[in-house]
Amino acid sequence: MADGEGGMSTRFRRGDRVCVRRAHPPGHVRTPFYIRGHRGVVDSVAGDFADPEELAYGRDGLPRKTLYRVRFRQNELWPGYAGSADDSLVVDVYEHWLDPAEQKTEEAS
Amino acid sequence: MSEGHDHPHTHPHPNQPDIEDQPFEYYQVMVEAVGELLIDKGVFTAAELRKSIEQVDARSPADGARVVARAWLDPAYKGRLLADANAAAAELGIDAGAIPIQVVENTEDVHNVICCTLCSCYPRLLLGLPPDWYKARAYRSRIVREPRAVLEEFGTIIPDDVELRVHDSTADLRYMVLPKRPGGTDTLGEAELAALVTRDCMIGTAVVEA
Repeated sequence: MADGEGGMSTRFRRGDRVCVRRAHPPGHVRTPFYIRGHRGVVDSVAGDFADPEELAYGRDGLPRKTLYRVRFRQNELWPGYAGSADDSLVVDVYEHWLDPAEQKTEEAS
Repeated sequence: MSEGHDHPHTHPHPNQPDIEDQPFEYYQVMVEAVGELLIDKGVFTAAELRKSIEQVDARSPADGARVVARAWLDPAYKGRLLADANAAAAELGIDAGAIPIQVVENTEDVHNVICCTLCSCYPRLLLGLPPDWYKARAYRSRIVREPRAVLEEFGTIIPDDVELRVHDSTADLRYMVLPKRPGGTDTLGEAELAALVTRDCMIGTAVVEA
């Protein structure tokens, strides 16, 4: 798959540290609760797609949103995680759910 | 008669309930109603609907297994598979559909397992219909939180020095695991290799055994 090719500008690149927004909007939200407020690393840019959070309500989902595969460390997600320190979890997250990890939002601290 | 069943047969035995004896649920009603409406409106015919269901039902893990066996035998093909699985499947005459499938490779250092915590995203066009447990809340909630315990319940022990990597597909990608080729299979041909690759190996809840 093209890494963000096709004329779509992408805010993040592979290896960037990102923080998932700790927001709780209603609707057909595609960001699982358990990663909200957590930091991860962009594993790859998966391309751009019509926004599924909009498509669910019969809208056109435009402009298209860039989708990232974000990798999290399991022992940072779950207190008392039983497993290897290297164990990880990769979740598909849309760009509008991500902030640069350096710009720490107050909710995410 | 045997088993002490020699009394006159007058008492009732419970029958296996017919489908109609189960409560008809909201979504069943919805599916029936929407299907009938779309046919009434001429959007598609009953035959087209049936063919579409048959096509989905006809898919099986054998398709994914063919892809895996080819990738084991042909490093260039494996490269193309990891870069664009839908195109690589098409090379083998398999229509993997329009939704991009990301193949994740198991190695000496990483074991991958797939899930969909939000619903039931699954690479149906390569693996067929998902098992019920894949869609169950127990699997969806536990595989992200205690994946090693879940894999142990499948009889799959991943050594501690191997990174266990869980992939949660949330909307627009599907995942399939490219399992590790087991040792002692050097003499096997493509079809024999494919026969070793089970559905769970491509979900990541099992490893391929020779």
